[in-house]
Amino acid sequence: MLQDKDRIFTNLYGLHSPDLEAAKKRGAWHLTKEMLDQGPDWICDQIKASGLRGRGGAGFPTGLKWTFMPKEVRDRPHYLVVNADESEPGTCKDREIMRHDPHLLIEGCMVASRAMRAHKCYVYLRGEYINERHALEKAVKEAYEAKLIGKDNVNGWDFDLYVHHGAGAYICGEETALLESLEGKKGQPRLKPPFPANAGLYGCPTTVNNVESIAVAPTILRRGAEWFAGFGRPNNAGTKLFCISGHVNKPCNVEEEMSITFRDLIDTHCGGIRGGWDNLKAVIPGGSSVPMVPAEQIMDAYMDFDTLRDLKSGLGTAAVIVMDKDTDLIKAIARLAYFYKHESCGQCTPCREGTGWMWRVMERMVTGEAEHDEIETLLDVTKQVEGHTICALGDAAAWPIQGLIRHFRHEIEDRINQYRLPRAMVQGAVVAAE
Amino acid sequence: MSDDLFKLNVDGQDIEVPRHYTLMQACEEAGAEIPRFCYHERLSVAGNCRMCLVEWEGAPKPIASCAQTVGDMRPNRDGSAPNIRTKGAYVEKARNGVMEFLLINHPLDCPICDQGGECDLQDQAMAYGRAGSRFDENKRAVEDKYMGPLVKTIMNRCIQCTRCVRFAAEVAGVEELGMISRGENAEITTYLEKSLTSELSGNVIDLCPVGALTSKPYAFNARPWELRKTSSIDVMDAMGAAIRVDAKGDGVMRILPEVSEGINEEWLSDKSRFIWDGLARQRLDKPYIRVNGKLRPATWGEAFVAVREALSAPAEKIGVVAGDLIEVEQAKAALDLFRSLGVQNTDCRPAGAQYGTDGVRERYILNGALAGVEDADALLLIGTNPRMEAAVWNARIRKAWLWADLKVGRIGEAADLTYDHTWLGEGASALADIRKSDFGKVLSDAKRPMIVVGEGALCGEDGAAVLANALDIANEIGAVTDGWAGFGVLHSAAGRVGALDVGFVPGEQGAATADILSGQMETVVLLGADEVDLSGIGAAKVIYVGSHGDAGASRADIILPSAAYTEMSATYVNTEGRVQMTSRAVQPKGEAREGWAIFRALSDVMGKKLPYDTADALRADLRGPEGDATVFSGLGFAPGVMGVDALKTPMTGVSKDLTTATFRPVFDDFYMTNPIARASKTMAECSALASALDTPVAAE
Amino acid sequence: MALRRFDMEAGGDTFAFKPETEEKIAFWRDKYPADKQRSAVIPMLWLAQKDNQGWLSEPAMREVADRLEMPYIRVYEVATFYTMFRLQPVGKYHIQLCGTTPCQLRGAEKLKDVCRTEIGKQMFVTDDGRLSWEEVECLGACVNAPMVQVNDDYFEDLTPDSFSTILNKLKNGVEAHPGPQVDRINSAPEGGTAILTDPELFDGTRNKSGSLPNLPSAEPEPEPTAAGKPDESAPTNTQREVPQKENTGKTTLISKTESAEKDSGQGASSTDDED
Repeated sequence: MLQDKDRIFTNLYGLHSPDLEAAKKRGAWHLTKEMLDQGPDWICDQIKASGLRGRGGAGFPTGLKWTFMPKEVRDRPHYLVVNADESEPGTCKDREIMRHDPHLLIEGCMVASRAMRAHKCYVYLRGEYINERHALEKAVKEAYEAKLIGKDNVNGWDFDLYVHHGAGAYICGEETALLESLEGKKGQPRLKPPFPANAGLYGCPTTVNNVESIAVAPTILRRGAEWFAGFGRPNNAGTKLFCISGHVNKPCNVEEEMSITFRDLIDTHCGGIRGGWDNLKAVIPGGSSVPMVPAEQIMDAYMDFDTLRDLKSGLGTAAVIVMDKDTDLIKAIARLAYFYKHESCGQCTPCREGTGWMWRVMERMVTGEAEHDEIETLLDVTKQVEGHTICALGDAAAWPIQGLIRHFRHEIEDRINQYRLPRAMVQGAVVAAE
Repeated sequence: MSDDLFKLNVDGQDIEVPRHYTLMQACEEAGAEIPRFCYHERLSVAGNCRMCLVEWEGAPKPIASCAQTVGDMRPNRDGSAPNIRTKGAYVEKARNGVMEFLLINHPLDCPICDQGGECDLQDQAMAYGRAGSRFDENKRAVEDKYMGPLVKTIMNRCIQCTRCVRFAAEVAGVEELGMISRGENAEITTYLEKSLTSELSGNVIDLCPVGALTSKPYAFNARPWELRKTSSIDVMDAMGAAIRVDAKGDGVMRILPEVSEGINEEWLSDKSRFIWDGLARQRLDKPYIRVNGKLRPATWGEAFVAVREALSAPAEKIGVVAGDLIEVEQAKAALDLFRSLGVQNTDCRPAGAQYGTDGVRERYILNGALAGVEDADALLLIGTNPRMEAAVWNARIRKAWLWADLKVGRIGEAADLTYDHTWLGEGASALADIRKSDFGKVLSDAKRPMIVVGEGALCGEDGAAVLANALDIANEIGAVTDGWAGFGVLHSAAGRVGALDVGFVPGEQGAATADILSGQMETVVLLGADEVDLSGIGAAKVIYVGSHGDAGASRADIILPSAAYTEMSATYVNTEGRVQMTSRAVQPKGEAREGWAIFRALSDVMGKKLPYDTADALRADLRGPEGDATVFSGLGFAPGVMGVDALKTPMTGVSKDLTTATFRPVFDDFYMTNPIARASKTMAECSALASALDTPVAAE
Repeated sequence: MALRRFDMEAGGDTFAFKPETEEKIAFWRDKYPADKQRSAVIPMLWLAQKDNQGWLSEPAMREVADRLEMPYIRVYEVATFYTMFRLQPVGKYHIQLCGTTPCQLRGAEKLKDVCRTEIGKQMFVTDDGRLSWEEVECLGACVNAPMVQVNDDYFEDLTPDSFSTILNKLKNGVEAHPGPQVDRINSAPEGGTAILTDPELFDGTRNKSGSLPNLPSAEPEPEPTAAGKPDESAPTNTQREVPQKENTGKTTLISKTESAEKDSGQGASSTDDED
């Protein structure tokens, strides 16, 4: 188990006050000016050396991403935009940061902005996080009043932070859709290139980062890149917030070391699997977008990017959705298919049309009202969506179904057989009676 | 490899293309065919249909070729050019998948769809689609939307390519179309199904790659393959847009734009597009003579006898006014005849605009050409509302404003031009103050400023002074330099420049329109002139030559029916001085004849036989001797900057004193500007809607 | 997602922001550059919805468009795209019930049955005007599943019984406390947590270091030892100490009852839904 002294999010559960004073006692805003004084190159180098990979799902190296911003500010200002549109089913970690440790996030925003030569930062919260927004706004106000941020602040880098919010659209978690939404439009992803580092918010150089990626940065700089890199397996460094939901005895959020084994994670923090380990059926290890992994493969797997990728799944947001043997997997995935149909922005053809098609077929699969060859058709449809869309929502809609068919095809077939059996008998009886 | 060029290998073929090319353009350059729905070269790139996917070897996913700029691509690791494949199983599978998605919710109603036979979806489904359907669910049903009297919607067919939305926002400049909701429920609509207010709205019909947006007036009238298609020229304004007239039997069924980069690109105004029902209504299909106060049908012979009698009046008591739609051939034949009769009271300026009498052509055409505005960086519009007078050109101004930061200033009644502009005042006094104004500084700082004067500024008492002052300012601000002729007149009447070119202005001591119609004449000849005030004409005998029973015909004593623009091959000169020809798409109505032929026949009756027996002979006469460069010697030619030297000389012999009068709009009603338009039910409907919108809410 | 259309009849012809909302509008508009005021459209639509009994009427949408000088169609697109904008009337307490898989796995469907029984079909407003409900997608509180959002507040770790009790409280104007409805604090495990107990985390001990590590002037630090192919190198956590496991028995679990004081101060109660 990760030791308390190595935890970044020390108020994860809100056992203490989120206020500035308490946050400072927990280590926030310590040596911030010194970090900023070192300048962008040092900050980026440290973050790169720490091995931090983006915590929003894609796992792109954060330090490297920051270096994509232009080295000089020319006619257009630079922006940092923080993605707090936490909507990936299973994920609820950024919420805890914003309501319980907001100062870590604000400090992180300032450090990251310095690294990308930005003086302005927008934090985009999902619309439903109303109390979280109030908590963050309160902390921002405190920081302004304490002159930690704002013009001529004590940290020596002019910096404004604005909280923005959405209004119910999963797609706004996609970085360019988020920017569109922040510009007051529908959240429809943009074509890339141009990438946000070239033309992002208001056409200006912009970097979009997840809340957790940003919030861990100051602590990394305070304690040293090698401290952070010391956790987890190589290329999978650091500590990570896990959200464990579903069929465990005690679902919870917890900060743990990367590459902890699944079994260790569940036993240490969640009181084990509901009904014991033998009752485990499958796990969606990284939020709804990644394919499920069957029990026998996940039990002792390392919870990190590379291991889960090798299991044809992914760490994603580290939202671990546990499903025991009572679970109707087909129904669980059908519900996700509905989710993606509901959240498709409708811009590009494969996703707009494909998500509805996949969901409708999945609904029939739940009852078994389908033909056997439709499983293959469904798989083919997922492949026609995957990789053919503007953004990754198409892939995200396709993968859960692919995971289901890959590992539990027999359950779908059984369901179809069950549906047919009584009907076939009735039909047979009719025939016999004639 | 040059810095500006990028090497690619497309389907095994090495090519070099400019770096700003899209991958789609590059593939086409290499001869590959790339299917597409959402992509349109005159709209921003949406990249949403995903039909144009190609394979980039080594890339994890297929690439939407419409959205990939070639210059953003990387060479292969070994430095060789990226390999693109537009064929093969990988690409075919991708396209096949997209096609299937487009079709699952598209109704199978091709047999009753007006787009049938000219439908991109139909064509591409044949080429790239699969044979059968694997979709067992119910198809989506989408409510049809009301978009006004011109655009019919069947939204089940919509494939959400957003071409129409982008057109409205970018080209037409009216943010009225949008895609609401999201996902599979996304719908194209206007705000709460209000009518489109753009005068370019019909273009969304052409843009729609499926049958979702079709022409309401044309609905269920004909199938594309049974139409006779004739390339021609539009006469609803002075731009001379390239059109295609589709006819069945002797009726015009629809009018579509053709591509003409220098003039209308590929757009067409709603008036030009939907005028066609007016061609079948209110037509003058036989000669008429007024007997005992009532018009009665007559033979051509009877009519000519009556005309001869009317023209027996003294030459100085005869006046001839040419209307807005007059073709060059008729103007020339009429002018030749009346001059031979000694008539000097001839004029082709029904509204009394003061230009065209000093023999300097550059002072009445739009030098620098319609397309020239895209090179300009500042534009001053004087007494013209291009949105009303040349709607398609207005879209080009908007384009320059939107993409090239053109600054626009305007003098005239306040108006919404669809782009931001500095409004400088309502009349000539603003012109006098322009040098002191901020916009005057914009003009003089501009590298290629442009001044365009409209008829609205030239019809007043001080019309000639406005023109002279405008020319002086143009010279002062550097709008007239070697290689840049940023000064000109924007006309709104298709026949005006051609008539001016043949010299259809008052001869020696001749009277102009206002005097001709003031009651001094014994006989007045109206050549399709309906936009004139006939109330003061007195007891004069009126001979009306024209195609439609409009204001002129109702006052006429003798009516000679002539062909409309779709019924003859005739020459028109557009506002930029470009000589173009219409083509006959259908026969003239009844006994109507081409205008020049009427005067050729009349000349026989009058004993002043004109020296040409055919239209070709007439045109040869116009062109002048072989080898001479005259206005009419080059078809399709616009002089552009060639006339710049003529503009460098200030106008002399005219007063340059400006009055304080305000310029008056050339039109009050975009949809009702000529006899054909006034005969069109479609135009009447558009006009009623537009005026209802203009009415202040308080009046309710 | 059903077709999204304004309820034109219920929306009437007019809308005006409440006077006290003006300050909030200014607060939001201040956040965006003067020439990018369109960015404020979502927050302003949200405020309009607040001022219109929790739903967005067509006149309210126009008011926002007029203030931001945006074409109606562009605001209409936004209003119909984002599902939190409700285009028809809702109850005084509008319940957004999360039905996505993590909540479904823990009994969201039973909560839907409760809604159907106690309220009716989706988007139906009870006769007293107090309640309405709809199923929504993941609300981002998955470790506290199943859960619902009532106006601004999350009610978490629900059972049909506890949910039913809450609905009845709302119906009868009795204050209902948001947050987890079982013995747990926020997203900590039920029954209490054994971690984050080290007092040094909270007393300023962490701020003892006077300077940052790895400053350019300092001796070059050795490269992080973690290097090499991930597949071949052993994870660090296989050798790690596990003293805490033994300690769990001794460590006092911080449970809900102990921190009840703190808890009651947190989170607005649902009877007071200010934004």
